[in-house]
Amino acid sequence: MTTHSTNSDLYFATARELRTKFDGRELSSVEATRAMLDRISSLEPNLNSFITVTPERALKDAEAADRRLQGSGQEAGPLTGVPIMIKDNFSTKDVETTAASNILKGYIPPYDGTAVRLLKEAGAVILGKGNLDEFAMGSSNESSAFGPVHNPWDTDRVPGGSSGGAAAAVAAGECFIAFGSDTGGSIRQPASLCGIVGMKPTYGLVSRFGLLAFGSSLDQIGPLTRSVADCADALNVISNHDHRDSTSVAAPFDDFAQDIDAGVAGMNIGVPKEYMVDGMEPGVLSAFEASLKILEDLGANISETSLPLTDHALAVYYIIAPSEASANLSRYDGVKYGLGTLNADTSAQATEIARGEGFGDEVKRRIFLGTYALSAGYYDAYYKKAQQVRTLIRREFTDAFLKFDALVTPTSPGVAFKIGEKMDDPFQMYMNDVCTIPVNIAGLPSISVPGGISEDLPVGLQFIGPQFGDTTVIRGAAAYEQATNWHQKHPLI
Amino acid sequence: MQAQSPLLSGRVARTSRETMDPLTPKDVEHIAQLAYIKLSDEESEDMRVQLTNILGHFASLSTVETDGVEPTGHTTDSNTVMRKDEPQPPLDQDDVLRNAPDRDGEFVRVRPVLE
Repeated sequence: MTTHSTNSDLYFATARELRTKFDGRELSSVEATRAMLDRISSLEPNLNSFITVTPERALKDAEAADRRLQGSGQEAGPLTGVPIMIKDNFSTKDVETTAASNILKGYIPPYDGTAVRLLKEAGAVILGKGNLDEFAMGSSNESSAFGPVHNPWDTDRVPGGSSGGAAAAVAAGECFIAFGSDTGGSIRQPASLCGIVGMKPTYGLVSRFGLLAFGSSLDQIGPLTRSVADCADALNVISNHDHRDSTSVAAPFDDFAQDIDAGVAGMNIGVPKEYMVDGMEPGVLSAFEASLKILEDLGANISETSLPLTDHALAVYYIIAPSEASANLSRYDGVKYGLGTLNADTSAQATEIARGEGFGDEVKRRIFLGTYALSAGYYDAYYKKAQQVRTLIRREFTDAFLKFDALVTPTSPGVAFKIGEKMDDPFQMYMNDVCTIPVNIAGLPSISVPGGISEDLPVGLQFIGPQFGDTTVIRGAAAYEQATNWHQKHPLI
Repeated sequence: MQAQSPLLSGRVARTSRETMDPLTPKDVEHIAQLAYIKLSDEESEDMRVQLTNILGHFASLSTVETDGVEPTGHTTDSNTVMRKDEPQPPLDQDDVLRNAPDRDGEFVRVRPVLE
């Protein structure tokens, strides 16, 4: 074997680079997996990005992957032997799945979700389950019942959320790819705050079967990676039509990596002015300006546009997502799984106690908000109204994409903030997702790539495409990545 | 385009608190009953203040003209999806029941449903 006296080349390698090492017999999957497990052991006291690590399973899967890479059995693919992390709201057979909630501590799913099954079939090596905001509700990973995740660029700061563990692990070199879920920015915002690539595909492209439901009409699974090419490869593995998810689309799937070298010359890119919200940090704005200049130099036609309903997207989201969450989370009744109590006179009281004790503050807040919005007398004013404005927001995007191939915006209005800084004001926390939320409302594809540094912390650049324009946003992001070196900057951890 | 662009100068998002009637303790109690969540008195009061504040930020939605606009439930525009009613292998019973807080053989035990 090749020994790695300094492993930092390996820690920050892309999955494609790792696969090249596998193919060149320079390194085995077992060796790569051991290196990741050692890295996890040494970094976790400072990061807390994993809720569960499964070393024995990982090494067994790595051995199987090595056999496959050596040509016996099934053909190897881009993720064969690649150590990955799965966010802990994906159902994993026989491995505890908590959604970072006390109400699910100890829950052992009897089945794999579809994305997990596809990753296993592709030969990916699952290292463990990633920390997140409880039930994916949050923008800082501070609402986890397993404690906050620390940003590897500055461990006093949040990694973003809700896929905070996933973003921190990829940024710190604890895994090569992580898989998260994005309901209002939960992949892209932490990717931005940790200086990596994160993509929310078009709604319906990846089956949600086995993803613990939050806002079913908004939730979408996607990859967090250290390169745009890895993101495209990962999407090729997990996208499929699944009869177990009635919203999964039956469209024939592109090779999502097909246009990564196509460039942006002649691409029409719009900049929606409403995304430059009051309170956006000057460093984020100047990084964004510089990024626009780079895209222009690459031959893209950049022009300003207006999407006036953007101002209402946050309200629409914080009515629809909590409403769907209040219905989805009604299944946690403490009877069939999760936290239960016998210390009650009636079944109803037992459920009230289990939910009162099992859910954290943010989850309760959203259940209350959603229950209120759906309750008699308020349904039309809140839920129906929000769904109607949702229609108008979709139309506004559809009209914009008659003129533009893609839109670009900053991913988040600020860089990573201090742990504890925004916990006292829920609405300020919600504002973190102001640039990512409209995309989920309209079901569009969107990717965040490393787009600069401000105050020594990463800034993200977001590409938004039309429905099923996933290859377009990947193409734009890849061209930008190739012209910059932000993706080669890593935290000193 | 950056030099002459007004878009980077910052602007006021519509997030200011607009007037609405605050929720009452009775409203919060009612929601708690609907949601099957028991809150302490302190939690209830915090919830009342925070929900009132958050809902206040959403009052601006009423200014959007939506007469005759169809609501969007989800974005794939698919209709009811049907599949053939064919038997599939079920989950292993033990795998499923091992998660129950209180199990009795093949059954899940619960507290009395009727008072």
